[in-house]
Amino acid sequence: MKTNFWKQSIHWFCVLIIIAAFSFPFVWMLLSSMKNQLQITSGKLFDLTWSLSNYRDVFMQYNFLHFIVNSLIVAFGSTLGSLVLGLPAAYAIARYKMQGLGLVILAARIVPGISFVIPWFILFTQMKLIGTYTALILSHMLVGLPFVTWIMISFIETIPSELEEAAVVDGCSQAGAFTRIVLPLSGPGIMTSSILSFIFSWNNFMFSLVLAGDRTKTLPLAIFNFMSYSEINWGGLMAAACIITVPVLVIALFVQRYIVSGMAAGALKG
Amino acid sequence: MKWLFTLPAVLFVLVMMVFPIVYTFRLSFFEWSMSSVTPPKWVFLDNYIALFKDVRFVHAIGRTFYFTVAALTIETILGVAIALLFHREFIGKNIIKTLFLLPMVATPVAMGLVWLLMLEPTIGLANQVLALFNIPPQEWLASPAQVIPSLILIDVWEWTPMISLIVVAGLSAMPKEPYEAAVVDGASQWQNIWHVTLPLVRPTIMVAVMLRLIDALKTFDIIYATTQGGPGFASETLNIYGYVLGFQYFRLGAASSMLMMFFALIMGCTIALIWMRKRLEV
Repeated sequence: MKTNFWKQSIHWFCVLIIIAAFSFPFVWMLLSSMKNQLQITSGKLFDLTWSLSNYRDVFMQYNFLHFIVNSLIVAFGSTLGSLVLGLPAAYAIARYKMQGLGLVILAARIVPGISFVIPWFILFTQMKLIGTYTALILSHMLVGLPFVTWIMISFIETIPSELEEAAVVDGCSQAGAFTRIVLPLSGPGIMTSSILSFIFSWNNFMFSLVLAGDRTKTLPLAIFNFMSYSEINWGGLMAAACIITVPVLVIALFVQRYIVSGMAAGALKG
Repeated sequence: MKWLFTLPAVLFVLVMMVFPIVYTFRLSFFEWSMSSVTPPKWVFLDNYIALFKDVRFVHAIGRTFYFTVAALTIETILGVAIALLFHREFIGKNIIKTLFLLPMVATPVAMGLVWLLMLEPTIGLANQVLALFNIPPQEWLASPAQVIPSLILIDVWEWTPMISLIVVAGLSAMPKEPYEAAVVDGASQWQNIWHVTLPLVRPTIMVAVMLRLIDALKTFDIIYATTQGGPGFASETLNIYGYVLGFQYFRLGAASSMLMMFFALIMGCTIALIWMRKRLEV
């Protein structure tokens, strides 16, 4: 009994150390976001005067509200687009066993994004779409679509097909069976895949770096631009980092059990 | 009917992915800087020949593999060890698992910049901690020799959780009988882990490593956010060099030929992995 207690304590201790180490950058980000430039550069580790003035600056001076709106528009737009294209595709792939087609869509997750960025840049420029929300949404959909499709394939496979067959016998069309029976039953799957697609669009940097214009800059670009000032405003930078990451972290807390299976979607079964 | 359901998604993938890759392939035989006055000039294989004579490209290949192999090795060992630790029942397990997930969902650019502050040579926390142990300050991301190890540190922080959590999921789906049999036969706890758990969970580990490998080769955000490939070219991986050629030098032909090589490399790795996995499972 006694050794068991010690064993458990040591185990707990190891777990705590690991969690402390992996959470530390978040703690440091939060602490630094409430210090001024002098406190950060003087190198005193734990200075006990906090202020929220960095957050005020980020909104007032750097106009972050505008970038938040941009990020929201692109993230919602690309998630919606991915659902519109991905849901019917996932349904057909699940019901008619079109695995090959599923692999083609999954390829979008494997191929490096940078290999299509140059043509996009050229074509969007010629079509006068460069720097528009449309270009950003289309590019982010290429990230969201594979997630939506693969999560939904495995979800729809768990819905018994008898329901749709019965509906078709009663005179319902295939499309009707899909919209009236499969979609209403897919709520949890749609939730999970939308949230993942949203997070990936929110976090996306490379596509926005190439395709966004001054007016459509998303948050990752806005925070990256902090670096172009001659002296880096570290406090402001950390406040901006908090503003970007906290929404994602909060969402992740609620859907944690789906995230890992979602990110590994396709690979775990294929 | 079934084609009608998939048609929009397939068209989208064709237009947004397949067509651009074909376009890039074609462009890789031209020289063009996107000017409207000088049209693309056909140079056939010149871009590819120049590429293999280009030291920056050759170094970028080496760096990409160095970064990927080192990061992946550490992430796998650490990730599996942590998964074994998390597999037991303990108080607050769910909260701990949730907290552990956060590094991989947090916006990489933002977290890269947080690490940039922590590793800053003069004001960063890392050197202050080293000073407590009387270790002289290090240059971290600012030194050509330490920049890749520093980036590996950031990548390990960001992605070890993914390997761990996939392996934890695999562990909890495992049958109990082999353990009971091993305990009856008098196996110690370490023998149990080494000879029973790890072989059983190996396919799951393989999947996790595969996913990570494909993504690690393409690492862009944390590198570009913290160093943009510098100091000098010391952290310029293939992905970064491709971006620089295309969007800083506007040498679109040269960039295209490089991206085709990069594309071939990733596809080659993926196919090799799938083939290896099939062989190992048979």
